[in-house]
Amino acid sequence: MEHQSHITLPKGSIEKTTTTLNIGPTHPATHGVFQNIMEVDGERVVSTEQTVGYIHRAFEKLAERRPLYQITPITDRLNYCSSPINNMGWHITCERFLQLELPKRVDYLRVIIMELARISDHLICNSIVGVDTGAYTGFLYVMQYRELIYEIYEEVCGSRLTTNIGRIGGFERNFTNTAFTKLEKFLNEYPKVLKEFESLFARNRIFMERTQGTGGISAERALNYGFTGPNLRAAGIDYDVRVQQPYSSYQDFDFKVPVGTTGDNYDRFLVRNAEMYESISIIKQAYQKIQNFKGAEAEVYHADVPEYYLPKKEDVYTKMEALIWHFKIIMGEIELPKGQIYSAVEGGNGELGFYLISDGGRTPFRLHFRRPCFIYYQAFEELIKGGMLSDAVVTMSSLNLIAGELDA
Amino acid sequence: MALSNETIQNKLIEKFGDQVLNFSTASGILSFESPKEINLKVLQYLYEETSLGFTFLTDLCGVNYPDNIGAELVVVYHLHNFTENIRLRYSVSTSVNETAVFTASKLFESANWMERETYDFFGINFVGHPNLKRILNVDEMDYFPLRKQYPLEDQTRIDKDDEMFGRG
Repeated sequence: MEHQSHITLPKGSIEKTTTTLNIGPTHPATHGVFQNIMEVDGERVVSTEQTVGYIHRAFEKLAERRPLYQITPITDRLNYCSSPINNMGWHITCERFLQLELPKRVDYLRVIIMELARISDHLICNSIVGVDTGAYTGFLYVMQYRELIYEIYEEVCGSRLTTNIGRIGGFERNFTNTAFTKLEKFLNEYPKVLKEFESLFARNRIFMERTQGTGGISAERALNYGFTGPNLRAAGIDYDVRVQQPYSSYQDFDFKVPVGTTGDNYDRFLVRNAEMYESISIIKQAYQKIQNFKGAEAEVYHADVPEYYLPKKEDVYTKMEALIWHFKIIMGEIELPKGQIYSAVEGGNGELGFYLISDGGRTPFRLHFRRPCFIYYQAFEELIKGGMLSDAVVTMSSLNLIAGELDA
Repeated sequence: MALSNETIQNKLIEKFGDQVLNFSTASGILSFESPKEINLKVLQYLYEETSLGFTFLTDLCGVNYPDNIGAELVVVYHLHNFTENIRLRYSVSTSVNETAVFTASKLFESANWMERETYDFFGINFVGHPNLKRILNVDEMDYFPLRKQYPLEDQTRIDKDDEMFGRG
């Protein structure tokens, strides 16, 4: 009897000796919305094709219809594990483009927020690597310190995940005493927790066996693939935007750029881990510098740029000038200068760049986001080819792929 | 010897003559253009000439200038020399009717997806690309959404039923 089938299989799919395995778009192993179609031979990965774009939201098109300040909430949604860095990166791009000078105190406050964001980003990534190698405890334990970081954000800007923190020219309000108290609590307690977290993993036999020698890449290939950030540094190249092109007064701080050698999952873990210690040290230095400001200087939290920074609400109700500026800013009626700029910051995953072209209108003519994740994810096949399927999952999480940043 | 924008400009002019043009410096980054036919030669020269050493492709993206007839679409390359810590912006333009530009993906693996993205949004046909298909948008899409001929919806349009949007 002839076999009748309603399913048309691709030619050769019965005869072939490998299995097609679909991981994603929603799968616990991807930690985000993206897909991998893998060919596996037993447990070995033969090839893979990555599919991205499931949460594409056309940010670049949206940005062409928005005044500068309305683009900040869009940047929140790129790498949502460290939104404050994206927000600040965008503000810094605008300020460089408009050639605004910022007071030192604003720079230092920004550094605190950005380094807190870097810690929360790396913390998630490293603890998820732990989860994928079978150690859930670390993840659960460090969550309370991410929570504390989010409470600091909340104290500064009112929200936690998609922060929209700061404004062009500074912060929307000064840091409250509660924010500084929480920061002190964080600085006191977190280093011990991080040390504990590190000793759970760094010399753990099982963890080392799982991560050493898997997902490795040479420095040369990593450069060719456009790696930046911790993933490039794990391969042995000490490129860090904070050092190479300092922004927000990073040149005033003393910190090390940790590097690895083999670029494998273990090195990526160690580099991120070491960077968290450096971030703590930067935050301490910045907090010290902020406490050194005296008198009126100690209250400064924004630059004097009436064209872009909203006036105080009571002034809007009582002063003509302020009312006009308020109206012009909110309605997006400020004409930008002509020109273009590429400006980058060191995001959680690497060089987060903003390429802004203005034709003198009220909105950008073109805005392009250089998303580090999107660029290095193409190397995924090369990283995992010939390895075990379970190592591919660990590689995926140690690359810190964030769907929001992949898709923009 | 530190590499300066003038040195780069002189070296490029020495090598390519009047084919490299429109040098300018915007916020510290040297920008220049060339005809699209020699884009690979320029990129390869910048990559392989040891005194230049632009071996890192930071960014590649498209721009659409609908008013520049004959050069509506532009591909912008941002290159970086890590050792000298200097950036460079290079662009080639192409007509909207004839969008072929040579791919840089043989030189930089990182260009692969960035070119797919640029194709996806601007319809620039990268000749020689190993896998030129849409990456962020759906495969069935039959237009290139970041071109200026597709404006965003007017936010003040009044033909919508406001009640459906909770504003009735």
